[in-house]
Amino acid sequence: MFEILEKELIGPKEYKMVVRAPRVAAKALPGQFLIVRADAEGERIPLTVCDDDKEAGTVTIVFQTVGAETYRMSELAVGEAFADVVGPLGNPSDLIDRPIEELQKMKIIFIAGGVGTAPVYHQLKWLHEHGVDADCIQGARNKDLLIMIDEMRAVCGNLYLATDDGSEGFHGNGSQCLAKLYEDGKRYDHCVIIGPMIMMKFTAMQCEKLGLPCVVSMNTVMVDGTGMCGACRLLVGGEVKFACVDGPEFDGSKVDYDQAMLRGRLYKTEEGRLLLKEQEGATHEGGCGVCK
Amino acid sequence: MAITVDMMKKVPVREQAPKERAANFEEVCLGYNEEEARAESERCLNCKNPMCVEGCPVSINIPAFIAKVKTGDDAEAYRIISESSALPAVCGRVCPQETQCEGKCIRGIRGEAVSIGKLERYVADRAKELNIKPEPVAKNGHKVAVIGAGPSGLTCAGDLARLGYEVTIFEALHKAGGVLVYGIPEFRLPKEKVVAREIENVENLGVKIETDVVVGRSVTIEELMEKEGYEAVFVGSGAGLPRFMGIPGEQALGVFSANEYLTRSNLMHAYREDSRTPIYRAKRAVVVGGGNVAMDAARTALRLGAETHIVYRRSEEELPARKEEVGHAKEEGIIFNLLTNPVEITTDPETGWVNGITCIRMQLGEPDASGRRRPEAIEGSEFHVDCDCVIMALGTSPNPLLHKTTDGMEVNKKGGIIVNEDEMTTKEGVFAGGDAVTGAATVILAMGAGKQAAKSIDAYLSAKN
Ligand SMILES: Cc1cc2nc3c(=O)[nH]c(=O)nc-3n(C[C@H](O)[C@H](O)[C@H](O)COP(=O)(O)OP(=O)(O)OC[C@H]3O[C@@H](n4cnc5c(N)ncnc54)[C@H](O)[C@@H]3O)c2cc1C
Ligand SMILES: Cc1cc2nc3c(=O)[nH]c(=O)nc-3n(C[C@H](O)[C@H](O)[C@H](O)COP(=O)(O)OP(=O)(O)OC[C@H]3O[C@@H](n4cnc5c(N)ncnc54)[C@H](O)[C@@H]3O)c2cc1C
Ligand code: SF4
Ligand code: SF4
Ligand code: FES
Repeated sequence: MFEILEKELIGPKEYKMVVRAPRVAAKALPGQFLIVRADAEGERIPLTVCDDDKEAGTVTIVFQTVGAETYRMSELAVGEAFADVVGPLGNPSDLIDRPIEELQKMKIIFIAGGVGTAPVYHQLKWLHEHGVDADCIQGARNKDLLIMIDEMRAVCGNLYLATDDGSEGFHGNGSQCLAKLYEDGKRYDHCVIIGPMIMMKFTAMQCEKLGLPCVVSMNTVMVDGTGMCGACRLLVGGEVKFACVDGPEFDGSKVDYDQAMLRGRLYKTEEGRLLLKEQEGATHEGGCGVCK
Repeated sequence: MAITVDMMKKVPVREQAPKERAANFEEVCLGYNEEEARAESERCLNCKNPMCVEGCPVSINIPAFIAKVKTGDDAEAYRIISESSALPAVCGRVCPQETQCEGKCIRGIRGEAVSIGKLERYVADRAKELNIKPEPVAKNGHKVAVIGAGPSGLTCAGDLARLGYEVTIFEALHKAGGVLVYGIPEFRLPKEKVVAREIENVENLGVKIETDVVVGRSVTIEELMEKEGYEAVFVGSGAGLPRFMGIPGEQALGVFSANEYLTRSNLMHAYREDSRTPIYRAKRAVVVGGGNVAMDAARTALRLGAETHIVYRRSEEELPARKEEVGHAKEEGIIFNLLTNPVEITTDPETGWVNGITCIRMQLGEPDASGRRRPEAIEGSEFHVDCDCVIMALGTSPNPLLHKTTDGMEVNKKGGIIVNEDEMTTKEGVFAGGDAVTGAATVILAMGAGKQAAKSIDAYLSAKN
């Protein structure tokens, strides 16, 4: 049913797949996610829609192998199929509800961390198709982890690359890169941050310092993705919200990140982490944001 | 060996012993065998004016089907039940019989009511052995969409298919069944043996089930009607939105909604060793609430190895759960803390994990609007219970997604979809029923609503075409 049409390894452990899922493709908008299951006993794994082709009825997903289930997904080959793909879920980015003229006047910057590049791409592409070229800072630990650079370049205004080890572009993380742009006199009036929670937390703090309103996309633990289980709950401005139906995007200045990161650990088992370390060997670098 | 029947008492039903079953997920109640069913059927007086039928929300002709059990014609008994119910194997197991059919049975005045639920279950299970299948019907060329594959949706779809409609059910999850698959545990309602088979029966009638479709997101009701050619829609989306108490500590690790806990265990099979879905196996679990959901969560936690407590703010008499389940829970060793209400969940500051729950004792005051005596806190009676897991089973409400994405379909203050006496919503051609309308209720009421809606949809489309 949900056949895999293309599969590519685009980073040390980042896979890109094009999957047939006509209903999801028909309705998917930037900011939304879907849920996949690798097989009949698979877990329900939420992934952001990274691209869609409404005519072909396909969606693109990009995922990083961080645990047992994403490993299982990475074993699927072209011609094989996911047992389930359901979506699109969650609310689209609020940018797409704004009048185009307003968007064209806005100075928007995206900050993508690691595999967060994929969801940012969908938003940038939509804006580009509507005549809006936003800037983007794409950050990663090192240059091997900077994925989809050419695709990104094609759909944004300025693309600033940043690596923690200085192996490519700006030497430092996305948040420091943003501060540098401000030092150099750049100014923005809207920021979208997508990446690991710890990165979103510090980047949102940076935005606050710079007086820049920001939006973050919360990747909490989820089960159903339809508002039924409450596993994805988080605190936003002191209120309980469900990431799957109230989000996944929220005002970056209001999210309780520490709480959210703690809850993200819920089902991280010791064995799971050990397995990961073993399988990944030298490439292990705590992609999940939990073990450092 | 013939069974000697005490006319005042039900023929006892065989069950797994409490000690044994507390450690497995096999069905607790083993049901009647042929001999026991025949013996129990002898107790029915075949009343001229059967009160039991009045107590059944779908008016099953109870004396008639029991009379057939008496004569050994189980196939005919099944046919009689099927006239009124699409899910007898389910209802026989989960209906709150004590307040419905059996609550009205004349036998109950001086002794115990006839065991109608167990007999119904017996007949439905026998029908499987006899391999009785519904006959497909010629199609009439009209298309109806059903949203949600729970009891209301399945029933509505089945009835419409019997009338010749081409019916497709759209289900958000990867599996059909609604609460029957994600909520009610295996040990009460076997998934393969009972639920899957009832769903198969609906499919055998020609109903298509498309899973992985979240109506409102994957496709809207308007699009189903305008682009995909469905002439009417039935909304049976249930009441799946969990409630929390809003007390401090509810965000802690180890605090779950019953929905999450049960979904992991049931739908995702986390109770099985070979499942890839994680579930937290607690040492001491506290379940807050007193309904069927609370009992199911508590008994699941127990089976996963926890010492399990139930905290409920009213007294035993008010426990909304089925009597049989409360009895089973007690036998299995669940500890009931009645007239008790949580005020705070405490957390280990180092790990963020729950380490206890502070409760306050309650007393019952004057009756409130619901007619039940209102629980009031006894000041200064707080006490603390250590635990490493808290499960909130406080009730659920309808998911707002469909209302928000469907112009003109109104809901009431509690989020229930508003319908008229024909189950039609405020949007033309769109009908609704079950928990989505009433808020969390029962399987049989949801089924009844599905039946009624099927009739109304048929009348509506017949008048239109
Ligand atoms: C809305 C949303 C969009 C997402 N988009 C993407 C994406 O585009 N690409 C991508 O690579 N990842 C994305 N993620 C994260 C992805 O879902 C997790 O990496 C994945 O669930 C890990 O599963 P696992 O079994 O391999 O890992 P394990 O660590 O074995 O997971 C065990 C359990 O923890 C949960 N879990 C673990 N880590 C995370 C995490 N970081 N986020 C959420 N749940 C987690 C899993 O659901 C699972 O139940 C997204 C998450 C959400 C909520
Ligand atoms: C744990 C538990 C134990 C219970 N025990 C009992 C019992 O012992 N006896 C009893 O009589 N009752 C019991 N109940 C209540 C009973 O299960 C419900 O009243 C009944 O299932 C309601 O049926 P329904 O068809 O209205 O909805 P549901 O069974 O909730 O089914 C609704 C279906 O619609 C789907 N859906 C929702 N939104 C969408 C959408 N937008 N698009 C597509 N699909 C959608 C859902 O995924 C679900 O599958 C229990 C409930 C729970 C949770
Ligand atoms: S459907 Fe429920 S109420 Fe009706 S006879 Fe059967 S068990 Fe009793
Ligand atoms: S009321 Fe009781 S005794 Fe009378 S017909 Fe019904 S089940 Fe039989
Ligand atoms: S994932 Fe279950 S409520 Fe959000």
